[in-house]
Order: sequence, then structure tokens, then C-alpha cells
Amino acid sequence: MDLTYTAEEEEFRARLREWLAKTLPALPPKPSLGDWPGRRAYDLGWQRTLYDAGYAGLHWPLDAGGRGATPVQHLIYLEETEKAGAPYVGANFVGLLHAGPTIAAEGTTEQRARWLPPVLRGEEVWCQGFSEPDAGSDLAALRTRAWRDGDDYVVSGSKIWTSHAEVADWCELLVRTDPDAPRHRGISWLAMSMDAPGITVRPLRTLAGSAEFAEVFLDEVRIPVAHRVGAENDGWRVTMVTLSYERGTAFVGEVVACRRVLGELAHAARGNGRWDDPALRRWLGRLNAEFRALWRLTQWNVSEAERTGGVPGVGGSVFKLRYSHARQELYDAAAEVLGPEALDLEQEWTRDRLTSLSYTIAAGTSQIQRNIVAERILGLPKGR
Amino acid sequence: MDFQLTEDQRALRDGVRALLAGRFGPEALRTAVARGGRGLDRALWRELGEAGFFSLRLPEADGGVGLGLPEAVLAFEEAGRVLLPGPLVATHLAAGEVAGAATGETVVTAVYGGLVEWLDESDAVRDGAGGPAGDGAAGAVPLTSVDPLTPLHRVPGTFPTDPTAHAGPVGDTGPTGPPRPPDHLATLLTAAEQLGNAARTCERAVQHARTRQQFGQPIGAFQAVKHLCARMLVRVELARAAVYAAAVTADPMDIAAARLLADDAAVRGARDCLQVHGGMGFTWESDVHLYLKRAWVRTRRGGSATVSEELLARDLVAGAGR
Repeated sequence: MDLTYTAEEEEFRARLREWLAKTLPALPPKPSLGDWPGRRAYDLGWQRTLYDAGYAGLHWPLDAGGRGATPVQHLIYLEETEKAGAPYVGANFVGLLHAGPTIAAEGTTEQRARWLPPVLRGEEVWCQGFSEPDAGSDLAALRTRAWRDGDDYVVSGSKIWTSHAEVADWCELLVRTDPDAPRHRGISWLAMSMDAPGITVRPLRTLAGSAEFAEVFLDEVRIPVAHRVGAENDGWRVTMVTLSYERGTAFVGEVVACRRVLGELAHAARGNGRWDDPALRRWLGRLNAEFRALWRLTQWNVSEAERTGGVPGVGGSVFKLRYSHARQELYDAAAEVLGPEALDLEQEWTRDRLTSLSYTIAAGTSQIQRNIVAERILGLPKGR
Repeated sequence: MDFQLTEDQRALRDGVRALLAGRFGPEALRTAVARGGRGLDRALWRELGEAGFFSLRLPEADGGVGLGLPEAVLAFEEAGRVLLPGPLVATHLAAGEVAGAATGETVVTAVYGGLVEWLDESDAVRDGAGGPAGDGAAGAVPLTSVDPLTPLHRVPGTFPTDPTAHAGPVGDTGPTGPPRPPDHLATLLTAAEQLGNAARTCERAVQHARTRQQFGQPIGAFQAVKHLCARMLVRVELARAAVYAAAVTADPMDIAAARLLADDAAVRGARDCLQVHGGMGFTWESDVHLYLKRAWVRTRRGGSATVSEELLARDLVAGAGR
């Protein structure tokens, strides 16, 4: 057991810190929440800045255009960028964390050459077409159909909870290519151009008041067969590759963010007198223990990934379960610190509190994650 | 950074596990319960001494094994798994300071939070804050201990009745101040025992859920039971990361965090294990209650949880918003 970083890793950290200190003050102001085109431009601009500095696709393999960084270097990157207040990947989330790694692992040479560089250079945005109105957590129940017609698939159906759909160029789309096969076996993974005729995007307003995701309706959309990643009807396995990336790495940087917010809460409580309440003080102390432990679990999972060759395992479910609840509790504590102002939507913590309600639902609900932990780690029987 | 067990650490853990399985298996546990917490197994104590359990962290020059805190934590985790009775933490911490403690010839106990474990069976009593042996247990009166494997004495007047008494700087002591909280190493080794306790109740619950049939299938197929077990594992894994990290850094804040998470994993884990076992779990014959009762006893060893919470709260302010 060792928590010290090598000289090489410390040097990587120092260079990154220096670059962030130099680069971040020159960034343009962040666009407002409702300004989708502005957010797209801002996120792509940040990605381009990373690319020019050699930090794009840090954890992607070298032959996919990435930097081939070790999991520990990636951890340092996420830690330092968050600490420095660097922009989040934002609109590039799906491309960098889901579609990109999936294409890098499962795509042909042509597919890798076509789709990976624009993601890294900050030129194209991807969205995720997995969930459907009747197939959310039960992903394999999806019904969007694809028929072969010459060199194309013709696709009809609908998707939901699609983040960044309004501004995306591409969509990683799961479709049913064999309706007669067992439900996990008749699915294919397609890259769909969002410019294709027959696509309608309807933004959905979240409880936080903003339109963070959308419904996507597909009416006989033509997608070249050459845009299928992996074999026909093998999409479920390809998807599992994608999801393991989602659960393994998607939340790492956010633990650092939570620890920062917790420190800010303590200082705010000192400032407004709430710190004198021992119950609140101890609650914040307990949350400190929680986020310290989550950070240690992150380090544990990352060093395990390093030993096993870099692919995140099911341990990501353990992390996500505890993290998503802890983060919601963090904003409940923030409301205690704020007092009546916690009901003011102008307060950033109030908006974050609303947003945090999605964490136990998105990327697999807590109930689904517990099934995964119970069945795949503990070996309990599958049931009803 | 390679925050995983080394080969040597795995070997040490497996070795301690094998030693304890051979020397303190389920039958020995029931025999100890039948003795009702009287008669500490002195032969076992000496065997532990010979195996280096108490002298693990003493330098080799002083006759010790010369290992570090992470190795000690792994050994105490194993002790926690099998509910090994006796003042293990106090004796381990007395090695090198109290004659015979390192070899297991002397049984050393300590006063933690106004309680003394195994007072009648011990040769020396220490101050739980790591201080030298004194008359800290003077006037101690026996309790009818809730844990049949841990006889307890209560030292009158040493327990803070007002938890906010700890709002002052932790570590202060004075004629009228609260007692000093136990030293960090005692807290950490206790957390390691709690981790072993929690890991074991999780395993036992899963084992039962896989085999116990109701309504024509194993109860582990029911999502309600499944989710109880999954929550147990999540608590164990988070506590494990926290306890191991605290062993590596020996940082008081890491230790305070580890303690809170390990207590939580042990106490809630034992309760959930009892729940999964249903009516059987409520019987004396089932071992489940022993895990819960020991977990309760250990939660008192690191001072009250509020001390750790206050420490961690103050760390937030000192840490300038990390």
C-alpha cells in the first residue's frame, strides 16, 4: 500500500499546474445555462485548448490519438483541473468518455480515423441515444427498430434523456436489428449523424428549470451500414464496454469538487454564525469523513485499474452508489448553512441542490446499481 | 502510487487468517461464550506473542518484527473478523513499553472513554491516551457487559456527560476538562477490527441469502434482501479504503474519518446481517449477535464519535476550502 506519487507523476502534476495557472485566466466568460450554442462553443474551445497543449484524450490509447496516460496520471489530471477550477468537459462528455473509448476499443481502422480525431480536437459533439421512454433502466427492452435497405439501415423509434442533443453532431445509437432474437442479442450500436433527415429533437425541461436533455424522434432515418460499430446484433456487448467507462471514470473529478464545496460550506457557516450549532458542525465533520473516504476509494479503484490494465471494473458501481447519495446530502447540508436563502434560486448551491437530485437516477439508478453489486460482486442469484 | 496490498502484505494477512482459523475457530468462539468472558486464554495470548502480533511494529533491534502500521491494520482486521477476545489493541500499543507485552506474557488493558475491558484478567492498566500505566482504573466497578466476550468495568466520573464539552480544543486535558481522547493509533487499530467485523457480517449475510430458501427460491433473489447485502458491501469497501489510507498516512484526520466509516460499517452491517438471518438471527445460538455487541463495544473505544466529527469539522475550516 503506497499513496506517494512517483517523481515522474509529481513532475506531470507540476507541469499541469503551471499550464493551468497560465491558461485559465485567459478563458472567455462562461455562457449562461440556457445558451446551448454558446455552451457548445465554449466547451469545444476548451477542448481545442487542451488539444493544442497536448492534454486532449489523456487516458485514450496512443493508437487512438490519445496520450496513453496511466490511470494515475489521469487521476492527477482530474484532481488538478478541478482544483484549479478549469471548465468541465461539458458538451464533450459523451464523445470523450463514452463514444470515443468505445470506438477506440471496438471500431475499425476507418471508423477510428473518421470519428476519433474530431472529438479530441474539439470539432464534433456526441450525444447518447440509449434510453427510450419504455426502456430506461431496463435498457435491453429498447424498441427503436433498424431495417436493412441496401447499404443503409432505416431507423424508426424514439430516444429520451438525450443530453446535448440540440447541439450534437453525432449520436451513439442503440437499435434493434433482430426483433426475434433474445432481447440482449438483437441490438446493434450505430453512429448516427444528427443532420440526417427524419430526426426531430424536442428539449425536455428539468425540475431545475432548464432544458438539460431532450427527446429525439427518429422517422425512417437512414444510417449507412458502415456506421455500425461492432458486429450486427452484437451491440449489447459493445454497450457494456461503453457503460464500464461511464461508471468507472465519469465521477472521479467530482469528488474533488465536492471536497471543495464542503470547505466553502464550512467557511460560509463560520461567516454567518451557523458554525456555532454543534449539530451542523458535526454533520459537516461527518461529510468530511465521507468525501475523504470517497477520495481514498477513488485512489484504490484507480490503482487497481492500473494493475489490471486500465479497464474500470464493477467497483465503479460501489463508488457511484455512495457518491451519488453523499453529494445529495452535501447540498442538503448547504441548505442548512444558507438558511432561508436556500429557497432562492439565484443561489448557486440551490441550483446545484436541484441538479444533484439526478445523480441517484442518471447512468443507472441506485436500485439498478445495487442489483449489479449484489449479482456481479456478491454472487447473489438473479431474481425478480 | 500503488494503493493495493503488496505480495508481502497479502502473505501476512493470509498467515494471520490461517493462524486464527486454526486457533480460534467457531468452536473456540462458542467455548469462549460459554465461559462468559471469564478466563482469558493465556496460551492463545502467548501464541499471538510468538507469532509477532503484539511486536509487529517494534524495531527488529528491539526484538520486534519491524513492520509498519499498514501491516498492523491488516492483522487487526483479521482479529476483528473472528471476534478474537481480549485487550488486543492496548497490549499491542504497550509492546516495548510494558515488560512482557510484546511477547504476550503480559496482558495489558487500557481505560477508553471511562471503560476498561478485561480488567480482572489483565496484568497492567494504561491510560487510553497512550500514557504510562497509572491508577486510571481506580474505583472501577464491573458492568454486566452486553458483549459476552468482553468483560467491562466502568470508571466513575470519567465519562463526559455533555458532548459539547469537546467543543474546546481536542487533546486538552485539565482538572476540570474532558478526558483526553484515546490516542490515534488505538482509534485506528480499533477501526481495523471494526472493518474485519463488517467484512465478516457481510459475507455471512450473503452466504445465508444464497442458501436459505423461502417462497421456492433463495432469499437472495429477492431485491429487498439483495439491496440490504449490496449496501453492506458498499459500506465495507468505503471503510476499507478509509482505514487502509489512514494506516498509510497515519494522519489524525484520516484516522478520524476511518473510525467513523468503520464504526458505521460494523454496527449497521451487523444489524443488517441479523435482519437477513430473520428469526434465526435473533437467537443466542446464532453468532450474529456477537458481532453486533462487539461492534458496539468498539464504538466506545475511540472516544465518542462526536470527538471525531468535531475534529473533522475543524479540519474543514483549517483546510481553507480544499
